[in-house]
Amino acid sequence: MAYSFPEEVLEHVFSFLSSARDRNTVSLVCKSWYEIERWCRHRIFVGNCYAVSPEIVIRRFPELRAVEMKGKPHFADFNLVPEGWGAYAYPWIAAMAEAYPFLEEIKLKRMVVTDETLELISKSYKNFKVLVLTSCEGFTTDGLASIAANCRHLRELDLRESEVEDLSGNWLSDFPDSCTSLVSLNMSCLGSEVSFSALERLVARSPDLRTLRLNRAVPLEKLANLVRHAPQLVELGTGAYSAEIRSDTFSSLADAFSACKQLKALSGFWDVVPSYLPAVYSVCSGITSLNLSYAAIPSSDLVKLISQCQNLQRLWVLDYIEDSGLEALAASCKDLQELRVFPSDPFGAEPNVSLTEQGLVSVSEGCPKLESVLYFCRQMSNAALIAIAKNRPNFIRFRLCIIEPQAADYLTLEPLDTGFGAIVENCKELRRLSMSGLLTDRVFKYIGTHAKKLEMLSIAFAGESDFGLHHVLSGCDSLRKLEIRDCPFGDKALLANAEKLETMRSLWMSSCSVSFGACKLLAQKMPRLNVEVIDERGPPDSRPESCSVERVYVYRTVASRQRLDMPDFVWTLEEDSSMRYALYVLEALVLFQRWFACLLQFRWKLGTLPLKQEENWLELLKMSTIFTLAELSFTNKDAIFNVIFIRLWE
Amino acid sequence: MEDYSREDEGCPQLLDLIAKGGEWVGKSAVERSHGTSEEKKLELRLAPPGGEWSFEESYATISRERDGLFSLGPCPQNTVLKPPSPWQQQQQQHLQTSYLHPVRRESSQLCSNRAAAAAAAETKAFSVANTAVHNTAQKRTAPASVVGWPPIRSFRKNIASGSSSKQASDSPDGAPRKVSTVENCPRTPFVKINMDGIPIGRKVDLKSYNTYEKLSFAVDELFRGLLAVQKKLCSGGIKDEGDGVEKIGGLLDGSGEYTLVYEDHEGDRMLVGDVPWHMFVSTVKRLRVLKSSELSALSRGPKQGKISMNN
Repeated sequence: MAYSFPEEVLEHVFSFLSSARDRNTVSLVCKSWYEIERWCRHRIFVGNCYAVSPEIVIRRFPELRAVEMKGKPHFADFNLVPEGWGAYAYPWIAAMAEAYPFLEEIKLKRMVVTDETLELISKSYKNFKVLVLTSCEGFTTDGLASIAANCRHLRELDLRESEVEDLSGNWLSDFPDSCTSLVSLNMSCLGSEVSFSALERLVARSPDLRTLRLNRAVPLEKLANLVRHAPQLVELGTGAYSAEIRSDTFSSLADAFSACKQLKALSGFWDVVPSYLPAVYSVCSGITSLNLSYAAIPSSDLVKLISQCQNLQRLWVLDYIEDSGLEALAASCKDLQELRVFPSDPFGAEPNVSLTEQGLVSVSEGCPKLESVLYFCRQMSNAALIAIAKNRPNFIRFRLCIIEPQAADYLTLEPLDTGFGAIVENCKELRRLSMSGLLTDRVFKYIGTHAKKLEMLSIAFAGESDFGLHHVLSGCDSLRKLEIRDCPFGDKALLANAEKLETMRSLWMSSCSVSFGACKLLAQKMPRLNVEVIDERGPPDSRPESCSVERVYVYRTVASRQRLDMPDFVWTLEEDSSMRYALYVLEALVLFQRWFACLLQFRWKLGTLPLKQEENWLELLKMSTIFTLAELSFTNKDAIFNVIFIRLWE
Repeated sequence: MEDYSREDEGCPQLLDLIAKGGEWVGKSAVERSHGTSEEKKLELRLAPPGGEWSFEESYATISRERDGLFSLGPCPQNTVLKPPSPWQQQQQQHLQTSYLHPVRRESSQLCSNRAAAAAAAETKAFSVANTAVHNTAQKRTAPASVVGWPPIRSFRKNIASGSSSKQASDSPDGAPRKVSTVENCPRTPFVKINMDGIPIGRKVDLKSYNTYEKLSFAVDELFRGLLAVQKKLCSGGIKDEGDGVEKIGGLLDGSGEYTLVYEDHEGDRMLVGDVPWHMFVSTVKRLRVLKSSELSALSRGPKQGKISMNN
């Protein structure tokens, strides 16, 4: 079939495939499709930067123009991954600088990006257009200055939630006057003041600017000026939203907003003075995304704002909204798809607002399109969860965080197993689940039985025994990422489901009961998994093997398991490459046996097996036993080679 | 191909070897140590869900025992220890004899140490294991004392406590920081402190103290001199204090001439000392040293109020 279509035609057909999964599938059809596909792949997504090496990527895809990559595991957001663990972007950028001079897009998440990296990016790629750094760290505003100065065709600079060392706000002035191509600028994570005049001029000379997210230091009085320069904005993130209450400031702001006919998303709103909120009322009817998660606005003012946003699809808000506010939300925003409610005082022992499980129940009742929820609260009941599950079987993401660890159902004092069980049973399309509260092994049995489309699961302070983990690993067919902290899961479930781990992107377990011995065993048995023991107490072999490790991070990889940038608190299995070679040879021989033995069986069944071949059969049996014995003595590679050679050529 | 290999019972070893690619090594390894008869009892298998039977078998015994132990606060250590000890020992031996491939530091001494220590350590193993889960099971710890819980990014923690925007991060190539245990004090720690009768205020760094006593002592040190000067000026030099100056004591318990109060993020004036220190640090906006006599006058007036700071 491959020769019936010329390559160009196939290439053209493949160009309609945008999803990476589809392209991966296509490349598995046959060798020629693999070749064609790899030459025309322009975008790549690497979910774990250590799953593959830059050399492998470059070798396979010579024509990349956009690279998206993720580094640290998700729990790094909550300080569970010690500093210095890894995920450095520099080696990738350096390798790609040689290979892809026409690279246009780099999107990194949870990686360490240094100023040198940024400078290299700015100087290596002549046509560089898009830089998105999500939750990255390690760079300063000097790095940003080099990007601004050298990337002549920069379209997107998005630093969402990255940790930037703010040396000065002058980097913005480094955008040359000739730079008019900016489409998106997100600097909301920066602390210090930027030169406002430079910012204003930049905005004024960027007619294509669609997204502008300012940082807190941009005062409200100046916001109107900026907005006036860019009425074509689709997404706006304000700076601090507070000022002395003055009618001229207000009217100027309201006028500026009313000119923005295409505004769809609003965010920012630090330090809100509620009296200024009505300035945005004119755009509310078009707003689909509202991020008020930094805004301390009382419930009544929130309700006034939200009830104007009939087309709201996404709302991020603090728990000041309270149950009453959520009820109002449920009544007015029927298109709501995603809701995130963050805690305003997560570390207080007592609730400071009246936000309970009832708020979530109301929203699940009133918003038929709700599919994604992140909800922080202080009490939950099985009854509420069951009601939510019945109301909204179309959940795709359900993340519930009850602030007190292991909090039981506050009405019945039972574990929340049945509640979460109802969620996974009713929501058949559930792809992501985060659980909290008091949970026994039963909830994991429900998950293993019902959550067949679950891709990511986050567990904390839950479960009673290894059966919990076993249910999840053996039952969840689509599981890709599993992250666990402070659960009594140990070696048994992990080792019994070792093969499952190769079908997943990664497994994170911290403060569980996984012993060092089990980690070693897992690493030895599964050569394509990297089992990283992350332990800050010193070398794990200075303690008994049955001692639990602090953290273990297991991920599949085709790169070397001894990554060069490992800090001194990370341990992986040492590899002897000649040992690996011996293993490969043995694997090949086993496959040969398989083929031969099956051939013999086939012959036997047909009754045509002569005696001579029966002898061969026994000989083969002997051979196989000896091979397996030989494999065991890892330390003695000479023995292995001797056995192989002797047996084979005897 | 698979069909044929499963049907034939005549050569179990070979067929078992070729049935599942990943399984062969584990099974035969144990075979060598313990003989084929014990194969079936082994729970240490790398098979995909087909290996579930081993769990079901021991599940019955374990669940019976577990029900007796079940309480609202799960005791993870006990349940994990429940698996029959022969398995434990098998695993230990298994590890020692076959996998002498130490990680990072290779030394025969370590191997022999491990062999000796393994048996002894087995009983201690789970007590040595982290006790974080155990602790949280036993007592209701305040969320603030658990690392990374509630799972909120540091960005949000800063905002929620109403502070200025994110602190600058450490230099990129700095030494690895230890993960701190308490993370709810992200705000700038310098707060203003004023004292009654003294026109000029001071600033204190709350991060450098970790108890109220230390704070009280620091306040005393800050204002002692100023107070003495002020008194001198007021009394017109009639009372000559000399070089000795009075200590400002009793700030926290109301016994002294002065009392320490603070203004929190909601604007309310509160007495210092009621809440745990870390909570205090995260909510305090400014401090004030009031005359204790004034305090009782205030308490008769409007309760929690936005009392003007300029008396």
